[in-house]
Amino acid sequence: MKVLSAIAATVFALAIWQGIVSLTGLPKFILPGPALVAETWWQNRWIIAEHTWVTAVEVVVGLACGTVLGVLTALQLANSRVARVLVQPMLVFTQALPVFALAPLLTLWLGYGLWSKVAMAVLIIYFPITSSFFDGLMRTPAGYLDLARTMQASPRSVLWHIRIPAALPSLASGMRLAAVYAPIGAVIGEWVGSSQGLGYLMLLANGRAKTDLMFAAMLTLGVFSILLHLIVRRATAHMAGEMR
Amino acid sequence: MTPAPDLTVSGSASINGAPLFAPLTLTLAAGQWTCLLGGSGVGKTTILRLIAGLDTGAEFTGEITANDRQPVHERVAYMAQDDLLLPWATVAQNVSLGARLRGEKPDLKRRDRLIERMRLEDHLTKKPAELSGGQRQRVALARTLMEDRPIVLLDEPFSALDARTRADMQDLAAEALQDRTVLLVTHDPGEAARLGQSIVVMTRHGLTPCSPPRAIAPRKVDDLETLETQGALLRLLREEAA
Repeated sequence: MKVLSAIAATVFALAIWQGIVSLTGLPKFILPGPALVAETWWQNRWIIAEHTWVTAVEVVVGLACGTVLGVLTALQLANSRVARVLVQPMLVFTQALPVFALAPLLTLWLGYGLWSKVAMAVLIIYFPITSSFFDGLMRTPAGYLDLARTMQASPRSVLWHIRIPAALPSLASGMRLAAVYAPIGAVIGEWVGSSQGLGYLMLLANGRAKTDLMFAAMLTLGVFSILLHLIVRRATAHMAGEMR
Repeated sequence: MTPAPDLTVSGSASINGAPLFAPLTLTLAAGQWTCLLGGSGVGKTTILRLIAGLDTGAEFTGEITANDRQPVHERVAYMAQDDLLLPWATVAQNVSLGARLRGEKPDLKRRDRLIERMRLEDHLTKKPAELSGGQRQRVALARTLMEDRPIVLLDEPFSALDARTRADMQDLAAEALQDRTVLLVTHDPGEAARLGQSIVVMTRHGLTPCSPPRAIAPRKVDDLETLETQGALLRLLREEAA
């Protein structure tokens, strides 16, 4: 049923797209039709695959680094009032800065390769991961803490046995959000400075008025992001389900 | 378990300067069930939490002492209306939670005996969500017993259960917690009349001791004197509230 409705929605979207192309008669370098994009995609499938691989590595490494950093920061924040006072404003500030503005700096510091894109992805997902896990850690049901107090539990043991497990569903929702954001970070990084990746390919195709190739690369990125979201969703299902 | 002590709470409490309860003295007799009966907001849960050493949000002036002069907080086991079972842990893990939190090795034989006693042996590896309300409270009772403390504090633990399950749980708890100093905080006159070896009504004006029925607790649900006591307690609650 779910698959059927997804197929129906895709067909519907393609029909609207084709309809606009047929009705307006726009030239193909302005708006290529779905058939042309599919053909271009097939012709360039190896090139696209190569660039997708580069972007995928950036995104996955960024997701992993961002999650580890976010989890460690949230634990630190939850554990220490001093950390909350010192670090929390900084965390909000990183979120307030436009990532676009930082991208050239990161390229300057980290070079044209993998790490400037990983840094972009980390920067973009660090906040949702940290703040969702931190909120979860601070919202442990009071009754559990009362019970632990009467059992003479140490703060460390309460954190490990009660607060962290109780916060896992919050972390799971942060990670699901991060899976959607991380590709955006990587692609912005590629736009600013790179010689590979889907972002680079889009820019290249756009510059040469190969709008059909640009569409093919963009749709590939979209499908990749959806797949990543589904994978992370599946991977965190156990974490999210544990409170239920 | 060390022998159960007499406990005395004496003092007054206020919240942001507004008095919650005036100076009072509540004595819990060693090895007996004391039922503290009262409406919402009179401070009966505050008294229980003070004994447990938990945050109350109120300033308490006074003292909580045991007749054996040993510290009180470290010797209590606590059971609330919410069963407080960890949803990610199995029944067995929940029962032995205390040892795990203290970094001790749980006594597995004792745990299994308690689980059997609470008729939960078929549910050992289940998560709390798979259990009924009554079963969940039995797990909570097993966890309380696993702590093996001489003082047991019960904060309306049966009030969310249906009438039949509640009566079953009352019987089970009364039998399992014999010889401990038990404080049961409740708003149910019927529960106080069934279980109290001593019954104290708490209202805005203070504490009123009431004589419990003569039958041995847990009393039969249709014991006449118990029903009369229930009625008398309810009347007292209503008069004091008026």
